[in-house]
Amino acid sequence: MSQHTALHAKHLEAGAKMVDFFGWHMPINYGSQIEEHHAVRQDAGMFDVSHMTIVDLTGARTRDFLRKLLANDVAKLSVPGKALYTAMLNEQGGVIDDLIVYFLQDDFFRVVVNSATREKDLAWISQHAAAFDVVVTERSELALIAVQGPNAKTKVATLLSAEQQAAVEGMKPFFGVQSGELFIATTGYTGEDGYEIAMPATMAADFWQQLLDAGVKPAGLGARDTLRLEAGMNLYGQDMDDSVSPLAANMGWTIAWEPSERDFIGRSALDQQKAQGTDKLVGLVMEQKGVLRHGQRVVVEGGEGMITSGTFSPTLGFSIAMARVPASVGETAEVDIRGKLVPVKVIKPAFVRMGKKLI
Amino acid sequence: MSSIPTDLKYASSHEWVRHEGEGVYSVGISEHAQGLLGDMVFVELPEVGDTVSQGDDCAVAESVKAASDIYAPLSGEVVEVNESLADSPEQVNTSPYHDGWMFKVKISDESELDELLDAEGYQNVIDEE
Repeated sequence: MSQHTALHAKHLEAGAKMVDFFGWHMPINYGSQIEEHHAVRQDAGMFDVSHMTIVDLTGARTRDFLRKLLANDVAKLSVPGKALYTAMLNEQGGVIDDLIVYFLQDDFFRVVVNSATREKDLAWISQHAAAFDVVVTERSELALIAVQGPNAKTKVATLLSAEQQAAVEGMKPFFGVQSGELFIATTGYTGEDGYEIAMPATMAADFWQQLLDAGVKPAGLGARDTLRLEAGMNLYGQDMDDSVSPLAANMGWTIAWEPSERDFIGRSALDQQKAQGTDKLVGLVMEQKGVLRHGQRVVVEGGEGMITSGTFSPTLGFSIAMARVPASVGETAEVDIRGKLVPVKVIKPAFVRMGKKLI
Repeated sequence: MSSIPTDLKYASSHEWVRHEGEGVYSVGISEHAQGLLGDMVFVELPEVGDTVSQGDDCAVAESVKAASDIYAPLSGEVVEVNESLADSPEQVNTSPYHDGWMFKVKISDESELDELLDAEGYQNVIDEE
C-alpha cells in the first residue's frame, strides 16, 4: 500500500498520471512533462515534494554533532537561516545521502533528506546523535511544496502575509526562515529562482489551490528530473550512492577539508581516495538525434565509464547526460547507444541555470 | 480510459494500422502506448523503399522516458513516412491516430491482417497488462 501526501487528491483532481515512487503515490506528470519543464524555466511551476523527509535536530551540541556527521562543515553557517548542501558519508567514504542542512538557532538545525533513503538516514543520524545528546525529530506532519521559476517568488508573494513578505524580503539563495505557519527557503532542485515551502500538511491543499489560482503550474516528477539534470544536480541512487565517493560524483566542492583536524565520518577514507585519485562525473552533450540514457556505456580516453543520468533536454533541444568516467577523459567520448558508438562532447556537468543555456 | 477507434486494427505490441486503399496501410502507435511512453522527442523512421516483415523492429520512438521499438504490424514495402514527425514528434502524443502516423506499408501478404486484433481484442490486451 503506497503512501499519499497531503496533496494526493489535488493531483488526481488535476488529472495527474500517478506512479509509485519509492512507496509514495506521486504525480509523474499532469499531461505533458515538457510543457511543465518549460513552465518552470519560463514562468513558475510547483512540485509536491512532501515525500521528502524533514528532520529537526535539537540540543546544545547539535553543531558539534553535524560537524562529525557531514562532509561539509556547518561551522560555515553563522547567520541564522543559512543553509548548506552536503554529503553524509559512511566510514568508507561512500555517500549515504545528499542533503540540505539549515542553521536555525544554536541548538536547532533542520535537515531535509531524500525519501528513498529515509529509513537508513534516520537510523544513521540517530545512531550518531546519541553521543551528542541531540534529539532527532522527524517532521512528517509537514508538507513541502517547491515553487520554482523566474516568476515563482512574485507569485508566491501574493499568498503571503505582510509579516511573511517582510521575512523573505531580500533573502539570498540558500536561506530558510520560519514565518507564521510557513518555513520558506530559497532552495530548490531546478536551477531556477524560487522557494521550497514547508507547512502543516493540513493547510497544504488550500495553499496549493491558491498557488494554482495565482498562475503557478503543477509539475511532476518527470519535469523535476529533466530540470535538475539540466542544472547539473545529482540524483541520489542514480548519480551516487553508498558505494560512490563524493569525489567521483562532482561533489568535491561540498567537502570541507579545512580545518584538517575536523574528523568527520568518512574523512580518512576520503583522504585516501583523494591521494589515489578517483573517477569523475562529467557532462555529456549529444547534438545529433537520439537520447542518452542511464546505464549506457561510455568510451573515453584511457577507459570506459557509464551514464548515470541521461535525458532529452527540453530547454536545449538535444540530449544531455551525466557520466562517471576515468579521470583521463578528454574533450570527447563515445556512447554505446544500442550497439552503435555515437560521438558526444564532454563538458562540466551543468547545462542550464537561471533560464540561461550554459553550452 | 484511452480511446481505441473501432475502424482500426491493432498489434498486441501497441501499433495500429489503417487501410488507406489499394493495399496501403498506415501505421502508428495507440493512444495507450503514447501515454505509457510520455512526451515524444524523436521518432526514427524507416526509409521509403525498405522492405519490412511482420514483427520486425523498423522504427524507434524516443520519449522523455525511454526508447521504444516500433514493430511492423504487416509485411511489405514502406511507401511513405511521416516527415513532419522530425520537427513535431509531439504529434504522436497529441494525435496518435491521425497526425501522429509513422509510416505506410504496401502490404505483400493480406492473410497477415487476420492476425491483427480488432478494437475489442486490443482492449483485452491492455486490460491484461
